[in-house]
Amino acid sequence: MARTGFSITRLPGFGAIAIATFLMLYIPILTLVVFSFNAQASMSQWGGFSLQWYEAAYNNRQVRDVSIRSLWLAVVASGIATAVATLAALGTTRTSRFPGQTMIYALINQPLMVPEIVTGVALLIFFAAIKVQTGYTGMGYLVAAHTAFCIPFAYLPIKARLETMDLTLERAAADLYATSFQAFRHITLPLLMPGILAGFMLGFVISLDTVVITEFVKSAGQDTLPTYMLGQLRRQVTPEMNAIATLFLLLSLCAVTVFFLLSRKRA
Amino acid sequence: MPDASAPPAGNDATAHSVSSPEGEIEIGRLSKVFGAGATAFRALDGVSLAIRRGEFFTLLGPSGCGKTTLLRLIAGFEQPSSGTLRIGGQEVAGLGPNRRPVNTVFQNYALFPHMSVADNIGFGLRMLGRRRAEVQSATAEMLRLVRMEELADRRPGEISGGQQQRVALARALAPRPRVLLLDEPLSALDLKLRKEMQSELKRLQAETGITFVFVTHDQEEALTMSDRIAVMNAGRILQTGSPEEIYNHPADRFVADFIGDTNFLEVELLEVAAAGARIRLPGGAALPANLPAGPAPAAGSCVTVVIRPEHARLADADGALAGTVERSVFFGTDTHVHLRLDDGSSFTLRRQNSAAAGPAPDPGSRVGIALAEGALQLLRN
Repeated sequence: MARTGFSITRLPGFGAIAIATFLMLYIPILTLVVFSFNAQASMSQWGGFSLQWYEAAYNNRQVRDVSIRSLWLAVVASGIATAVATLAALGTTRTSRFPGQTMIYALINQPLMVPEIVTGVALLIFFAAIKVQTGYTGMGYLVAAHTAFCIPFAYLPIKARLETMDLTLERAAADLYATSFQAFRHITLPLLMPGILAGFMLGFVISLDTVVITEFVKSAGQDTLPTYMLGQLRRQVTPEMNAIATLFLLLSLCAVTVFFLLSRKRA
Repeated sequence: MPDASAPPAGNDATAHSVSSPEGEIEIGRLSKVFGAGATAFRALDGVSLAIRRGEFFTLLGPSGCGKTTLLRLIAGFEQPSSGTLRIGGQEVAGLGPNRRPVNTVFQNYALFPHMSVADNIGFGLRMLGRRRAEVQSATAEMLRLVRMEELADRRPGEISGGQQQRVALARALAPRPRVLLLDEPLSALDLKLRKEMQSELKRLQAETGITFVFVTHDQEEALTMSDRIAVMNAGRILQTGSPEEIYNHPADRFVADFIGDTNFLEVELLEVAAAGARIRLPGGAALPANLPAGPAPAAGSCVTVVIRPEHARLADADGALAGTVERSVFFGTDTHVHLRLDDGSSFTLRRQNSAAAGPAPDPGSRVGIALAEGALQLLRN
């Protein structure tokens, strides 16, 4: 028998486990999507195809409000986070090594390491103090919290792109009489753009998706789509929630696809 | 080309006329140390050099000899640790690359991938704030000069390596710099294209009259293209001179060894005069030898002479040297005959192959070696 060495694909049961894993991952989501088209108000009995739950969701004023708030928050927070992350990436890749550089990486990536619930509680207490002092209860708290949370996700693709960029291009620009700002404006920024857009899309999805931090930070009447869905599910479950979740899923998939295409794009 | 289009870069036409034609670039005791303390590396060690206006000057040496560091110091990508550096009569130490009247052709070309060929070529002039019409006409002229008119709208990723090379040259020449720096620009090309680009570079230099400073580790490239060559090793310049001087009269063992094939012989120095020296070969024959530049060694001492293989020929038993043939290697136009001299040292001579030359000598046969007049070059100790 010709054995060329250890191969994981030839282990008994490998295929079966792989298929089972994929089924576990996607059957619940598929079920959710299928029942969003159910003509009955049941989550377990199929009563024929219908778009009534999509219609109900569309006509639900609250759903529209929280969706717009979620999108607005995601765009604003991810936009600020991307700008900050771009500067951070430039500062950590376009300078000579400095003492404490590893520390800076750790600080930038803090939200990746600190449990979300801890950040949520910390922000709740911290913002409560500020609210008492200033009386301000606007969206600023959510924007700040989401921005901080999105920065590392925006930072990683931007930094990855900067690191693969040919440094001699910036040198060539300087050689051809460009000032540092002109070199950045005409060479670095255009070449970095796919990374910046990818960072923005990733931050956008993360912000859209965040439940824990939003739940702790939001004031009354500041529900986002995920916290609204959570609140609704506590009361009563109708396929309207399936329809909302399906649309939400579609939006996320689009954003992730854009991110993926941008990350693959070569310089 | 009107002189007004020369890049301002911390300089102007006044300084141009004041500076001596001797020194377009004047380098005085220039050093560059990387790192500090125990890990410090002296990449450039007190180099002094004057590059003349309009010449094709080559920095030649093995990798790590400091030639690229010197080029980067001239371009402004690095700042010197000590010493002076003047371009067109003006001290440029402390000025960034965008404030110096020099442009670089990079080893990997470093073309801007998101711009068309034409936009790449016009970049320098745009950064200098030239008017659109002027940028366009200069770009068109450069495209014509490097014969790339048809590909003006392509991106760098859509053209071949040789074409990218031409665009890199055009981009660096478009602002009409005082000096063009070339960092091993031909090393990525295959042999045929390299030969083509060598004559192309010579043509461009003749047509533009710009001073070229060319860095290479390829001695043949240096010999065929340069007006003058500086041979570098370990952060120092060992010898500067025309290709003929460097090849025929190497002053240093490293220079002789790095450029071309060489025989080294230990000989006795009999006498030293202004015109030359007399030495005694191992076989006993006394012959004249050329002195190297600088202080001459004392008579009576043991010195090294260099003999190029093509300056020696097979003779009958009465040559200046005698030895035994070890083997002959056929190279087409010539044959290299490897010999063992009577004192035990090895010697190679090159024999032109022609219809009249006859067969190469058999291994083991005893032969004499005659040396051409002026073939012996004494080395500095």
